[in-house]
Amino acid sequence: MTDITQKSTATPAMTMGNTLPWILAAAFLFIAPIIFSSNSAITIMNQMGITMVFALAYNMLLGQGGMLSFGHAVYMGVGGFACVHVMNMTDLFEKMPLPVLPIVGGLVGMLFAIAIGSFSTRKAGTVFAMISLGVGELVAACSVIIVVFFGGEEGVSGDRTYGMPFFGIEFLRQIEVYYLTSFWLLVSALLMFLFSRTPVGRMANAVRDNPERAEFLGYSARWVRFYSFVASGFFCGIAGGLFAINFEILTEENLNLATSGGILLMTFLGGAGFFFGPVLGVVTFVLLQTVLGLQTELWALYVGALFLATVMFFPGGLSGLIMMHVTPMRLGKLNRLYVPYLKVFVPAIIGTLSLCGFIEILFHARHAALGEDEMTIFWTTFSSHAILPWIITIVVAVGGIWLAKQSAPELNEAWHDANTPDGGAR
Amino acid sequence: MDLVLVNLIDGLVTGLLLFMLSAGLTLIFSMMGVLNFAHASFYMLGAYFAYQISIYLGFWMGLLIAPPLVGLLGAGVERYGLRRVHQYGHVPELIFTFGLALLIEEVVQFIWGRNAMPYMEPEILQFTAFSIAGNSIPAYKIFMIFTSVAIFIALLFVLTRTRVGMIIQAALSYPRTVEALGHNVPLVFMGVFGVGTALAGVAGVIAGPVLTTFPGMAVVLGSIVFVTIVIGGLGSLWGALVASLLIGWLTTFAKAYNIRMEDILTGVGFTKPEVIWDSMWQDLWSLTSPQIADILPYLLMVLILVFRPYGLFGKRDV
Repeated sequence: MTDITQKSTATPAMTMGNTLPWILAAAFLFIAPIIFSSNSAITIMNQMGITMVFALAYNMLLGQGGMLSFGHAVYMGVGGFACVHVMNMTDLFEKMPLPVLPIVGGLVGMLFAIAIGSFSTRKAGTVFAMISLGVGELVAACSVIIVVFFGGEEGVSGDRTYGMPFFGIEFLRQIEVYYLTSFWLLVSALLMFLFSRTPVGRMANAVRDNPERAEFLGYSARWVRFYSFVASGFFCGIAGGLFAINFEILTEENLNLATSGGILLMTFLGGAGFFFGPVLGVVTFVLLQTVLGLQTELWALYVGALFLATVMFFPGGLSGLIMMHVTPMRLGKLNRLYVPYLKVFVPAIIGTLSLCGFIEILFHARHAALGEDEMTIFWTTFSSHAILPWIITIVVAVGGIWLAKQSAPELNEAWHDANTPDGGAR
Repeated sequence: MDLVLVNLIDGLVTGLLLFMLSAGLTLIFSMMGVLNFAHASFYMLGAYFAYQISIYLGFWMGLLIAPPLVGLLGAGVERYGLRRVHQYGHVPELIFTFGLALLIEEVVQFIWGRNAMPYMEPEILQFTAFSIAGNSIPAYKIFMIFTSVAIFIALLFVLTRTRVGMIIQAALSYPRTVEALGHNVPLVFMGVFGVGTALAGVAGVIAGPVLTTFPGMAVVLGSIVFVTIVIGGLGSLWGALVASLLIGWLTTFAKAYNIRMEDILTGVGFTKPEVIWDSMWQDLWSLTSPQIADILPYLLMVLILVFRPYGLFGKRDV
């Protein structure tokens, strides 16, 4: 959470250092579909891009404003539903190029956020979290009742190709949608980043850290929270619009608690303390979901355990972990960490994988169809009712974790060493 | 009139069940400032544990053994999980319990599978206690009412009349002073967390046979419990009781009486448009009270938060 402290006095001019990451990101987004050109890869990347906008918008509240929302899917969902309705208004949609459609979603999301934020941002912390949960549940439940807008059980669907052709592009193909999504991802990420550098964005940080002191300085904590909330609602709406364009259907699923919880999970996994954290979280989560999901039915269990471990041991998330290494790198002592890292993480990873293996065997033995006791994990096939695999996995798991624990003090020592300048007090 | 009585009893059962969950939650909250998102998950664990025990030892042993087991688990979570996260502040604590709720649901699915469990009420209680104008009231409902009331009285007695209760109440308002007097406040916290989750466990044990024991049962009740304690006022035991009963009766009556929006609107003086399926307001006209019964608590919560942010009985700001 210290990323903002140093640069604030520097001149806000564009320098190589702060434009380079954006140029690189743009370049990567541009060439990504050329590297990963398969249809499924582009589908996944589309999904990632949309979720990234959503996660970044969510982090405007969680990371930058210190507000924990349990019902944030609502703002994305409402924006998305509005966009689908625009798609279905043929007269209007024919005169409107598709790429501007997300703005409609953004405005609707923002309006909704203004309405809800007017009473929910009065307090931060637990009360805000509760209100957001209540509103989220309320809207999700309403989706079945207000059929005109939410389409009831089957949702609302539209067709993006009816829009006015945009320089001859009709967005029939996935790749065209990909570039549209990437464009909006880049633009909204940049805008959100710039928002965090405005006085309002800075005050949001101040209110997060110490609302009382901010009030003494003459700022209304409530209004600062309200502005962040509304801005977040706008970008959520944009994400909703992109979702509507990509999937062409919105259902109750876009509003419910599971979606809201998922975005919290991703944001926290990536790290709420840094601007780019949520992006990392989304990439990790979607990859975990697709890769693990193909391998095992239990992926949600592993992701849940990973999430809990993150909250307990690395509250900074993945980005926090990465940024922890900036100090050793500046001191030129990063190389002293390699060996201890190897000593701890290799056995720990082997132990954890083995534990997962044990869980898989247990699951297979309990839930597989009767008479089917062959199973394959880690490229080996064996009977899940045999005793030997059980013993092997348990022994390796316990051994690996024990070994890792043995080397942990050494790592701790090396970590302190690497973070202390030579000749400094230890 | 008879129907009113039947609904009163039904609403009472729902309300008291909610109260058993919200009492623990509100106690934990007022003690540690933590809203335990996983509270309903402990309720689910109670039902599953009791089911597993009832296979071998019967329902009554399940009722006896499962809640302490759940309580032990809860105390363990406080000791090894929450206490560690506590240093980071309230928001990470809330996120922790949220993650815990997810994990417990997955673990339950891992162990017991996705299907509902055939967890039944004991045979002794499978008879009709009495009937009101042809509506039979099963004995199990009466049993539920009595159990919840007994637990409430016991809780009230412990909290207000015993030494332990005095220490807990003191630790609620002045933890530092109580610590300085030589009491182990972290242990008190752990104990309260354990008892709170055990209460949720009891609720699970007795609700499991009625509301079916399945992996989604935590989600079904989870948010409602939060709504209850927000309406009642965070940290207020009486508020939790009143709000639970209010929600219980509100939803039961809304489901039992089919009040149609159409009748209200025509009563007020609007005329129903001829081509209803084309109108913007078709959903408003076709609205009925059973349809909105489940969202009434949320609606009530939003109204309460707008007009009385402390809740019905809440005294302090959170």
